[in-house]
Amino acid sequence: MAVRREEERTTVDRYPGRVRVNHWVTAISLILLALSGAALFHPALFFLSGLFGGGANARALHPWIGVVLLASFAILFAQMVRYNFWAKVDTQWMRHIGDVMSGHEENLPEIGKYNGAQKIVFWLMTLLILVLFGTGIMIWYEYFGASFTIEQQRFGHIIHALAAIAMLLVVIVHIYAGFYVRGTISAMTEGKVTGGWAFRHHRLWLRHEARKGVIDERQTPPRRPNIGPAE
Amino acid sequence: MTNSWTDIKNTDLVIVMGGNAAEAHPCGFKWVTEAKAQRGAKLIVVDPRFTRTASVADFYAPIRQGTDIAFLLGVMKYCIDNDKIQHDYVRAFTNAPYLVKEGFGYEDGLFTGYDEAKRAYDKSSWEYELGPDGYVQIDETLQHPRSVYQLLKKHIAVYTPEMVERICGTPKDKFLTICKMIAETSARDKVMTSMYALGWTQHSKGSQNIRSMAMLQLLLGNIGLRGGGMNALRGHSNIQGLTDIGLMSNLIPGYLTLGTDKEVDFATYMSTRGFKPLRPNQMSYWQNYKKFMVSFLKSMWGPAATTENDFAYQWLPKLDIPSYDMLKIFDLMHQGKVNGYFCQGFNPLLSLANRGKVAESLAKLKFLVVMDPLQTETARFWKDEGVYNDAKPADIQTEVFELPTTCFAEDEGSLVNSGRWLQWHWPGAEPPGEAKSDNWIMAQLHIRLRALYNKEGGAFPDPIVNLHWPYRDPGEPEADEMAREMNGYVVSTVTDPADPTKVVLEKGKQLDTFGQLRDDGSTACGCWIYSGCWTEKGNMMARRDTSDPGNTGAYLGWAFAWPANRRILYNRASADIDGKAWDPKRKLIEWNGASWTGYDVPDIAPTAKPRDVGPYIMNPEGTARLFARGMMVDGPFPAHYEPFESPVANVLAPKIRGNPAARIFKDDLAALGTSDKFPYAATSYRLTEHFHFWTKHVWVNAVLQPEFFVEISEQLAAEKAIQNGGWVKVSSNRGSVYAKATVTKRIKPLICDGKTVHVVGIPLHWGFTGAARKGFGPNSLTPFVGDANIQTPETKAWLVNVEPSNGPATS
Amino acid sequence: MGLQSQDFARISATNMRPPDVRHDFEVAKLIDVSKCIGCKACQSACLEWNNLREEIGFNVGSYTNPHDLTPNSWTLMRFTEWENPQSGNLEWLIRKDGCMHCADPGCLKACPSPGAIVQYNNGIVDFVSENCIGCGYCVKGCPFNIPRISQTDHKAYKCTLCSDRVSVGQAPACAKACPTGAIVFGTKQAMLTYAETRITDLKSRGFQNAGIYDPPGVGGTHVMYVLHHADQPQLYAGLPNNPRISQVVELWKGLTKYAGMAAVGFAAAFAFVHATIARRNDVSRAEDREAEHLIDEEAARGRQT
Repeated sequence: MAVRREEERTTVDRYPGRVRVNHWVTAISLILLALSGAALFHPALFFLSGLFGGGANARALHPWIGVVLLASFAILFAQMVRYNFWAKVDTQWMRHIGDVMSGHEENLPEIGKYNGAQKIVFWLMTLLILVLFGTGIMIWYEYFGASFTIEQQRFGHIIHALAAIAMLLVVIVHIYAGFYVRGTISAMTEGKVTGGWAFRHHRLWLRHEARKGVIDERQTPPRRPNIGPAE
Repeated sequence: MTNSWTDIKNTDLVIVMGGNAAEAHPCGFKWVTEAKAQRGAKLIVVDPRFTRTASVADFYAPIRQGTDIAFLLGVMKYCIDNDKIQHDYVRAFTNAPYLVKEGFGYEDGLFTGYDEAKRAYDKSSWEYELGPDGYVQIDETLQHPRSVYQLLKKHIAVYTPEMVERICGTPKDKFLTICKMIAETSARDKVMTSMYALGWTQHSKGSQNIRSMAMLQLLLGNIGLRGGGMNALRGHSNIQGLTDIGLMSNLIPGYLTLGTDKEVDFATYMSTRGFKPLRPNQMSYWQNYKKFMVSFLKSMWGPAATTENDFAYQWLPKLDIPSYDMLKIFDLMHQGKVNGYFCQGFNPLLSLANRGKVAESLAKLKFLVVMDPLQTETARFWKDEGVYNDAKPADIQTEVFELPTTCFAEDEGSLVNSGRWLQWHWPGAEPPGEAKSDNWIMAQLHIRLRALYNKEGGAFPDPIVNLHWPYRDPGEPEADEMAREMNGYVVSTVTDPADPTKVVLEKGKQLDTFGQLRDDGSTACGCWIYSGCWTEKGNMMARRDTSDPGNTGAYLGWAFAWPANRRILYNRASADIDGKAWDPKRKLIEWNGASWTGYDVPDIAPTAKPRDVGPYIMNPEGTARLFARGMMVDGPFPAHYEPFESPVANVLAPKIRGNPAARIFKDDLAALGTSDKFPYAATSYRLTEHFHFWTKHVWVNAVLQPEFFVEISEQLAAEKAIQNGGWVKVSSNRGSVYAKATVTKRIKPLICDGKTVHVVGIPLHWGFTGAARKGFGPNSLTPFVGDANIQTPETKAWLVNVEPSNGPATS
Repeated sequence: MGLQSQDFARISATNMRPPDVRHDFEVAKLIDVSKCIGCKACQSACLEWNNLREEIGFNVGSYTNPHDLTPNSWTLMRFTEWENPQSGNLEWLIRKDGCMHCADPGCLKACPSPGAIVQYNNGIVDFVSENCIGCGYCVKGCPFNIPRISQTDHKAYKCTLCSDRVSVGQAPACAKACPTGAIVFGTKQAMLTYAETRITDLKSRGFQNAGIYDPPGVGGTHVMYVLHHADQPQLYAGLPNNPRISQVVELWKGLTKYAGMAAVGFAAAFAFVHATIARRNDVSRAEDREAEHLIDEEAARGRQT
């Protein structure tokens, strides 16, 4: 983790490769689960089962993808949980959510690696994945059809459906935030963000990272001596 | 059956006792549901277990197995005491008014003439008092103390409701409810039908069980009427036919009897078969015996049977003992006195009593031939199947020949149902593998034996070499040929004695009816009662006319019923003494002033005047017998006897064990158990899901009842700490079996003579071949003793012990 | 599917309404429990006609074999021993269990696979194997616990009411095989009329609560029972007193389905609108510069510590 001076910009390392891999495994699993789940959820979306080779395959694959999701998210959780404990500043930040949505972040307090909304997303995902997995087991008829009463399975189904909808909403928030807040996606594609992005959205984190030192990766000397290499 | 399956729809009351019609005859039982649904008929079930039949009954009462006679005599007493008998019927159509000789009596459970050493009666005192004219003396008032009616009243006086409860364990109130329901059918416009089966037969007094109900039905005037009768439900397809054509070792076709070795010639043989009428004008149909017999002999030996050689009477085997029933044969086998045994469509290792003895017996044979469509246990009696067949093949020298046969669905021929209907059927499939018809096997054997006799002579070749064998293919006679033979045909043309130009019977033609049979050799008939089944008009058994004039259930145009296409036996008794129907709504046949007409074929001559000829034409009396004379070996009246193995002593005659006139072999007597070691009353039965030992070979049936079990009450289960579905070991003094326990409310402990009697139900469908799980049959436990009259083994009532178990050891 | 869409009244998981132009008679099978002797002819006929092989099981102390419905056993005689407290009599209540062919079938409602469950115009509810995806939703939809999922091909199976036989004018195999006429088959109206005569008969025999079981909670059924104790259907091996599609399933397949779609759709739409009209949340040049300052400051601070 480091702040890097590159040729044309300054970047801050946000996610190492192992986290990015996990994130994308989780993301792809979620998308596949959403697609296969949606196929079984509403007749209008049943055509999506075609993506999986038909309804029977979609039915058979969906729970296994859920298992993959659980595994990858469990690692992700371990990797991220320490940044996601709620702090007083998160509450303060959340009060200004309107400013976030209208693009006035200058009014917000300085934030560490994650802001309140991100932490909520994190914990919601954690909770919903657990709920989805638990209820998913209950309704995984092939292996657990005999382990739960039909009435329990009925509740399993409705809770699974509601949790899945909630999950979709969370995912939409998450993805939209990624697009809406420009410069975010590179964190998960390249593993780094620009210094400006870090300054604007996670200044506290930027301070923390910069304090660790700056790596100069430039081949040519700086044009402006006052912004020289840290070392 | 006196009536037919279809006739049951006409009844007002069905009593199922000694049977379980819904369970064992589900297809026939539809006629009970018809009667219930269409006529509001009621159904009574009396059984040790609450059966499938009981599940649809209007009234159920429990009874201890083997006490039916006490119950039925109790009902008779109730009916007589409460004046609920059909007086006119009883007076005119039964022997109630007949006087019995001085000297007849009954005391301490025994009739006069008992010889304890022989276990048999001198029956000479069980006879009518004959007048100087040779006819029976009668008292129309029924008041004479020696009249059958008064003797009967005296005989049954002891069977009070209290006594019935004491013996049978049937609660008095339930017994009285049933009495009341039955008694109502003494009215002229009410009938009851009795449906029974092996629940009455398989007792040491089985014949008397059935007689008891027959007597009750006579008192109520229910025999001969639509919806009435005594209806034996046959347990096998065509077992009726098998009986008709001489199943028993002492019978030949048509219920003719085999001669004994004392009857050295035909004249001697016929001298005891004259059946002279005992009342004036009676038909005494057996007077025609000689015609039936001579025609039978002509069909057997054709041209070789002549007047000169007594129609080859000498070629028939003769009996040196009363019968070679299966108990006797296997006892002889057990003694090493039988060399070879042909087992045709029979699985004695599972069917006969005391399997241990059966297995030992088979092991003493030199050869055993098994003809069966299935792989039977009997054919593998030598095989070591562990606990399921504990045999030591190395010690068994019996050579076993297994000949696969076709089954009914692969054959053409007729099946005779319980209602005596001969119904023709056609093959539905080709036989598999090397299966051959029984006809083919028997014909091939005959041809080879005949060739040997022709070549080598031998002690007595005549019956074999002369056997009439006129078949198209001598190697495989076909069903139609044999059917024609049984129907009978004209051997030589018969002309009218008054006008010799008038041909009465033309040579070579099929007979129309047994009425045309002659005793001079001019007709041949294989089974006189079947005469009419294949006439010049063709195959009557193949008729399929479903019309039913008057909606009587007779269906005269459907197949052929013996005798003479008659659907209800004794149908003359459906009308009063003047020939008018007892109940105009239930008319069957009536006297119209000149002849008998109606919906059925009358069983007396169509022009026989009503007051002249009695309805029971097969009896020399012309009436039905409440008093059986010497026709039954164990008494002219039924009397209560306990089973040979009983949980309680005979309360009426404590010293008597079992039926005193029933034959029991010495070692089988020694093998009987007592209630101190074997306290529970066992009974055996069939389940709907299976047919005997056949359907365990069928996957679907095996699914429906996969595994051997026994049924016990919740009380016994609690007493013995037996779990529902857990293993138990059931043992008798002859063997033991492992079974799953089915603990049920449908069996309840009975209180008999103050003692609690637990009933153990043991179904019979499992063995060690087939698709179902390996198991046992009740015959591993049952005693080797039979009915006094017909030797059917007592496999409905014996003693066992039951203990919880871990099940058969698996090796 | 073999049949054309005109033959259907309902098709699972589709918003297309079948034209429902072929108005056949509604059919029904009437099972008269009071006439049933529990012989299992219906069970064997079902196995035979449908050419099914059930496993040979074990005795567990009951006549009910197999012990439950299975993917191969579409009908089952269930035996219950009941002591009637009023009469004191033992009653052996024997009920042929199997699909009730509800007018409002819960299985069809729950099924997510288009055309896997259909209801014909005659009322028969049929599973169409080639469309079945084996999810087991029908199991949860059914108020009678009927469908069974094969562990071999993972498809749902149940009584078809012999739709193959009925379509060519034959009665179902079980009705054909029943020896006592306890199972009869005809138009629903005829069966209801006939049932009345049976109820009258049963009442005359002292069964005051005899009646028909045609539960309105599922819109009536195309398999009906005549019961001696119609007031206590649960006596008959747990026949539901007042069956209806579970409220949970109704909610799952009703409100949840629509509300969920709406919520997700609304969220997506909001995002779209917001993305279109809201001020771009982008890093300004100024912020980039400020970031450089801050990095330097902090880096310097870092070096000091």
